[in-house]
Amino acid sequence: MARTIQSLERGAAVLRLLAGGERRLGLSEIASALGLAKGTAHGLIRTLQNEGFVEQDPPTGKYQLGAELLRLGNSYLDVHELRSRALVWTDDLARSSGESVYLGVLHLQGVLVVHHVFRPDDSRQVLEVGAMQPLHSTALGKVLSAYDPVALSEAVDGERADFTERTITGLEEFESVLDLTRARGWAADVEETWDGLASVAAPIFDRRRMPVGAVGITGAVERVCEGEELQPRLVAAVRDTARAVSRDLGALRF
Amino acid sequence: MSDTQTTASAHGGGPFIAAIDQGTTSSRCIVFDKDGRIVAVDQKEHEQILPKPGWVEHDAAEIWTNVQQVVTGAMRKAGVTKKDVLALGITNQRETTLLWEKATGKPVHNALVWQDTRTDTLCRELGRNVGQDRFRRETGLPLASYFAGPKIRWLLDNVEGLRERAENGEILFGTMDSWVIWNLTGGPNGGVHVTDVTNASRTMLMNLHTMAWDEKICASIGIPMQLLPEIRSSSEVYGEATGDELGGLPVASALGDQQAALFGQTCFEQGEAKSTYGTGTFLLMNTGHEPVNSYNGLLTTVGYRIGNEKPVFALEGSIAVTGSLVQWMRDQMGMINSAAEIETLASSVEDNGGAYFVPAFSGLFAPYWRSDARGVIAGLTRYVTKAHLARAVLEATAWQTREIVDAMQKDSDVELMALKVDGGMTANNLLMQTISDFVDAPVVRPMVAETTCLGAAYAAGLAVGFWSGTDELRANWKRAAEWTPRMDAETREREYKDWLKAVDRTMGWIEEES
Repeated sequence: MARTIQSLERGAAVLRLLAGGERRLGLSEIASALGLAKGTAHGLIRTLQNEGFVEQDPPTGKYQLGAELLRLGNSYLDVHELRSRALVWTDDLARSSGESVYLGVLHLQGVLVVHHVFRPDDSRQVLEVGAMQPLHSTALGKVLSAYDPVALSEAVDGERADFTERTITGLEEFESVLDLTRARGWAADVEETWDGLASVAAPIFDRRRMPVGAVGITGAVERVCEGEELQPRLVAAVRDTARAVSRDLGALRF
Repeated sequence: MSDTQTTASAHGGGPFIAAIDQGTTSSRCIVFDKDGRIVAVDQKEHEQILPKPGWVEHDAAEIWTNVQQVVTGAMRKAGVTKKDVLALGITNQRETTLLWEKATGKPVHNALVWQDTRTDTLCRELGRNVGQDRFRRETGLPLASYFAGPKIRWLLDNVEGLRERAENGEILFGTMDSWVIWNLTGGPNGGVHVTDVTNASRTMLMNLHTMAWDEKICASIGIPMQLLPEIRSSSEVYGEATGDELGGLPVASALGDQQAALFGQTCFEQGEAKSTYGTGTFLLMNTGHEPVNSYNGLLTTVGYRIGNEKPVFALEGSIAVTGSLVQWMRDQMGMINSAAEIETLASSVEDNGGAYFVPAFSGLFAPYWRSDARGVIAGLTRYVTKAHLARAVLEATAWQTREIVDAMQKDSDVELMALKVDGGMTANNLLMQTISDFVDAPVVRPMVAETTCLGAAYAAGLAVGFWSGTDELRANWKRAAEWTPRMDAETREREYKDWLKAVDRTMGWIEEES
């Protein structure tokens, strides 16, 4: 077993102490309760304060638990809330792009489709809500892997299956695709998962700028691409939609 | 900010149609392009005046001010002027009743809102020995406090000197469509006093067979006919707007909100139906050119009338408690933090665990009409968790939809082919699937959620030739999602029987004083 880190243990002890008491505690009270030198305790508290886990009450100078701890506990964004916020924007994306729209979140080792808007033509289509897509080859999956560290480790550690001759399976190549995704703010999948289909996707952020999902379009490669390049008009439309949903979730401008 | 709204640029150039939705809690205006896509929206809420329990009023002057603001606001956001707009359409909260002075445009009293129940006793008196169906054959409606006729009578009885002034022709009556059109077209200076067939069909004063005010009913309820506006179609130019910003714009449609949604969903064929899932739910089915009498507790109403074409009728059924049941689970029970979470909770189990929830909070509506019923949760065992209850909550909306669809099919002999849905609850995937399962028909969501405003825009656009006909509108209708039935018939019928048993247990809870 790996060694534990003493200062983290002490930090946790400070938090536990502040959580247990009814009153706010002063520096010397904390130091003596934990059997620490005042200087050590001060360093711990300063660090926790910087992270927002501890707050100082200005009139008394005493310490209490910070608001960030509450936020940590409630940070999970309900996927149905996400769909409900995205509904209007994704409908508009389907109309303006003429392609089908998907909203995905990380689930287990893949992308869970939580919302799907049909391509606006009269063809027969089946609702794909609840379907899973791979992380390493789809546009939604690449966006999640590029921005969400949990998704990244799933994609790196998991098996990267070879779906078409264009699927990227090598680790180094995959990581450079993610670098490119982060640099330009969107990802593509041109026949890497399904023959004849291309997708573009962009990340959705919540108010704390955490990546909570990805939104994208999928369509026939000859419509979505112009030669080897993705149609700039479609890329812009997808990014606009991702920004609009993020704004609706309270993310600041970006 | 680096990126402002890109809407305007993403759409084609003009011309456009502007639709006003004068609703119960707010007034909105949406500017649409030729594809039926939203270019800009503006919205303003107005005050809900609650003088005593059961009474709900609106300040009509505030509403008119807000309407003007949202129309100019939406046009400004869209970056267009009146030159780019071909026509104004109107949709409105139905049945809300206003009387105003013809000479000054001053309301004589706050508007009585459709939810206002002050005419309950009056309606019972009007029913006399015949009961609440006294005028049903002519008007398609039961005597209930929603409808405008009895509300007019209440105002005439309760505002001093009003009846005399009304008989002298000094006073005008209108639902919100009439009020907005009269003001738009000049108010005291030549404003046109009209209403459309759909709004007129909610007054209890119009005869569905003649499409004219019924003299006998007006006399029975005690309404001088000088008050009443001229009944026109839902899609024609009533007049031109006046004033600097809107002057010259044709005012070209009026439809009650639910009828506008039917129109916006392009339910132009007999047997096509739409259901709007909000706090409550309204289901309307197109029954073609003949009014269909209901023997199963539904309302018969006018769906729409385009210019001189034959009117199209509809059957209507409403569910009092749908979205509000989810809010109740959130606010009163605290089982969820947001309305969307009901789906998360309900999805964590496979079924309802045997539990059924009948939310008859203020009695049972269509098709039962039992005011002595109250809510029930039935089938509880130790096994049932809050997740099962969440599922039962969603199933309640789906079973009630099934009951109304069944009643419609019985009354009209028309089989429902597909249910077109709109409203906030269509974001709930599990609910939409459950409705499809229980009704045993496809459930289809269109790409534009704002079907009410869209319906008013369509009707106005047809009147000025912006769209060529209903076929072109139908081509604009795009499917955003479709849920198809996945439940086997045996399970469906077994569970429906259990639901009906639960419904049975709600009845007779209140021992009526009558």
